[in-house]
Amino acid sequence: MSTQAIHSERIESETGKLGMWIFLFTELFLFGGLFLVYAVFRAKYSADFHTGAQELNTFIGTLNTVFLLVSSMTAAMSLTAIQKDKKNLAIFLLAMTILLAALFGMNKYFEWSHKFEFRLYPGSEVLKNLPHGELLFFGLYFMMTGLHAIHVLIGMILLSINIFKIKNGEVSSTHYLHLENSALYWHLVDLIWIFLFPLLYLIT
Amino acid sequence: MSNSDSGTYVSYLDYEGKHKGLMGWLLTTDHKRIGLMYLYCVIVFFFVAAIIGELMRIELIAPGETIMKPQTYNGMFTIHGIIMIFVIVIPALPAIFGNFFLPILIGAKDVAFPKLNLFSFYLYLIGAIFGVLSQFIGGGAPDTGWTFYVPYSAESSTNVIYALVAAFILGFSSILTGLNFIVTIHRMRAPGMGWFRMPLFPWSLYATAWIQVLATPIVGITLLMVIAERVLKIGFFDPALGGDPVLYQHLFWIYSHPAVYIMILPAMGIVTEIFPTFSQKPVFGYTAILFSSLAIAFIGYFVWGHHMFTAGISYGSRWFFSFLTFLVAIPSAVKVFNWVSTMYGGSIDLKPPLLFAIFFIFLFMIGGFTGLTLGSVATDIQVHDTAFVVAHFHYIIFGGMGFATFAGIHYWFPKMFGRMYNNTLAYTSSIVLFIGFNMLYFPQFILGIQGMPRRYFDYLPQFQTGQVISTIGGFILFAGLLIMVGNLMWHARRGVQAPANPWNGVTLEWQIPSPPPHENFDEIPEITHAPYLFGTGSDNKTI
Repeated sequence: MSTQAIHSERIESETGKLGMWIFLFTELFLFGGLFLVYAVFRAKYSADFHTGAQELNTFIGTLNTVFLLVSSMTAAMSLTAIQKDKKNLAIFLLAMTILLAALFGMNKYFEWSHKFEFRLYPGSEVLKNLPHGELLFFGLYFMMTGLHAIHVLIGMILLSINIFKIKNGEVSSTHYLHLENSALYWHLVDLIWIFLFPLLYLIT
Repeated sequence: MSNSDSGTYVSYLDYEGKHKGLMGWLLTTDHKRIGLMYLYCVIVFFFVAAIIGELMRIELIAPGETIMKPQTYNGMFTIHGIIMIFVIVIPALPAIFGNFFLPILIGAKDVAFPKLNLFSFYLYLIGAIFGVLSQFIGGGAPDTGWTFYVPYSAESSTNVIYALVAAFILGFSSILTGLNFIVTIHRMRAPGMGWFRMPLFPWSLYATAWIQVLATPIVGITLLMVIAERVLKIGFFDPALGGDPVLYQHLFWIYSHPAVYIMILPAMGIVTEIFPTFSQKPVFGYTAILFSSLAIAFIGYFVWGHHMFTAGISYGSRWFFSFLTFLVAIPSAVKVFNWVSTMYGGSIDLKPPLLFAIFFIFLFMIGGFTGLTLGSVATDIQVHDTAFVVAHFHYIIFGGMGFATFAGIHYWFPKMFGRMYNNTLAYTSSIVLFIGFNMLYFPQFILGIQGMPRRYFDYLPQFQTGQVISTIGGFILFAGLLIMVGNLMWHARRGVQAPANPWNGVTLEWQIPSPPPHENFDEIPEITHAPYLFGTGSDNKTI
C-alpha cells in the first residue's frame, strides 16, 4: 500500500470517527431528556421513589452491571486484537461480547416478566392504585430500561455484523473503522447503564 | 469557464453512474441530486399545507361556520402547522441549498457521508408521508396543534400518534443531516480554506447543524414519552397520574425554540451570499456576521421559557427568559446592519434575488420587533395566544425564512438547472408575494391587539374587516406563489441556457459550469484568499 493510500485511509477513518462521536452525543442527549424527567420527579416524590426502588432486584442489577462492564472490555480487546491482525481472537472476543449482551438481555427478560407477574406494568390496575410517585418510578423504570434494551439489541446487531466483516476481510488490521465505531457504540450502551443502575436500583 | 464548453463535460443532471434513469435519482448519493429531490418534495408538501392554510382563511372570511366544522378546523390548523414546521421550514434550507451548495462552496466533491445523506432523505420522505397520512386515516386528523401540548395530546382520540411518529422520524433525519454537515465542514474544506476563508452560508449551516444535533434528541425523547403516555398510560405529563404538564412544555420548547434558529440561520446565510454579489462589494463585517450566527445559535438555547410566560413559571424565570430573549435580538440586528452596510456604496444591481432579499430584511425586521413585544413579559400577557402571535411568527417564518428561500432559489436557479428564468415574471411574482403577504398577516397584528384569539374557528363580528382583508391577502399571496413556481418550473427545462457566472459572483459555485458536473470540480481548488473579493483585479476571481 502506498503512503498516499495509507494517508487517505487515515483521513477517512478520522472522518468516520468524528461522525460517530457526534452521533453518540445525540444519544446522550436523548437519554438526557429522560434523566431530566427522572431528576424532576425524584425531587418531587423522593419517598415514593425510595419505596419503588425496593421492588427492584439489586442482585440481578449488579450481575447485569458486571456483564456489561466485562463485555465493554472484551469489545475493546477485540479491537486491539484486530489491530494486531489476530483475526480469530478478535472474532472470539466479539462472540464473548455478544454472549454477555445476551445474558444481560436474558436477565432483563426475567426481571420484566417477574414484574408482569405482580401486575407491575404500565397501565395495570395494581400500578394505577399505587401512589403517584411509585407510578412514575415504574413508568420511568420501564421507559429507561426499555429504551436501553433497544440500544443493547442494536449494539448486538452491529457487533454481529463485524464478525462477518472480519471473516470476509472487510474489517482487517488496516481497515477497522467499522469495528471501532461499533465498539464506541457499545461503550455508550455500557455508559448509560452505569447511570441507570444506581439511579434505579441503588436509591433504596 | 463558460457554457460554451458544455460539450466537454457531463452535468450532474445528465450524468449516468451505476444506476440509470429514475433509479439514478432514487439511489443517487450525489449531494446535488439529493438536494433537488428534497426541493421537489418540499414544493409538493408546501402546496398541501398552503392549500390547507387557504381553506382556513376561507373559513375565517365570515363569523360562524362558513365551509367547515369546528373539529375539521382544528385538524386543519394542526396539520398545517405540522407539515409547515416539521416537513418544510425546519428541514428545507439545509436539505435543499445546504446539500446542493455546501460541498461546492467549500470546494469538496460531496458531503462526508453520501450514503447517510440518501438515508436522511428517505427518513424525511417516510416522516413526511406519515404526517400527511395522519390527516386522512383512522380516528380523524389530530387536533392538538403542532405543539402537542399534554394532557390533551394524551387524551385526544384522533391520530395524534401518527403525527408524533412523523415528527420523531423527521427529527432523526434532521439530526443525521446536521451530523453530516458538521463533519463535512470540519474535514472536507479545500486546501487553503481556513475557517475564516469559508463563505458565510456554510458558516450559517455550521451553526444550524449544531442546533440540529444538540437540540433535536430532546424533542425526540419528549415525543416518545408522549407516545408512551398514550399507549402505556405512564403519565409523565398527566397531572391525574402525578405528571407535570409544564414539564412537557419545557422539554418541548427546549428543542422547538432553537428550531426557530434552525429555520432562520440558513435563511440569513443565503441573503448574506446575495448582498455582496449584487452590490459587487465584499460583505461588510465578515467576522461580525460569522460570530453573530454562532451567538444566535448559542443564546437561542436559553430562551425557550418565553413561550411559557403564562404557563405558571416563576417570577424569576420569567424575567430571566425575557432578558435573554432581548439579548438574542442583538446578533440578529448586527446582521441586518451588515447587510445594509454591504449595499452602501456598492454598485447595486436590483435583480430578482436581491429584491427578494430586501423584502426579506423588511419582513424579518417587522417579525423581529414584534418578537420583542412578545418577549417582554408585560406585553406578552396581553397578546399571548392571540392573532398577534400568529402574525409575528408568520413574519419570521414565511416573511423571513420563506422569502429568503425564494431569494435563494432565484439566486442559484441558473446554477442548479443551467437555465435562466424569466425576469419579468420573477419581478411580478416577488411584488405580488410581498403585497399579498403583508395584506394577509399585517391585519392579524391589529386583530390580535384587539383581542382575536388564535386557533379559533369563529369570531365576534367586530373582527370581520380585518379577517376579510387577511383572506383577500391570502389569495393574492397564493397567486404570487403560482406565478413564481410556474416561472421556475417552466424555465427549468425551457429557459435560456445560463452562463457559468450570470451574476458575476466570486464564491466557488460560480467558478464551475452551470449545471455543475458530477463531482463538482475536476481538480480540487486551492484557496488563496478570503471570500467576497470583488473587482480588485481579475486574479482573485479565478482559482
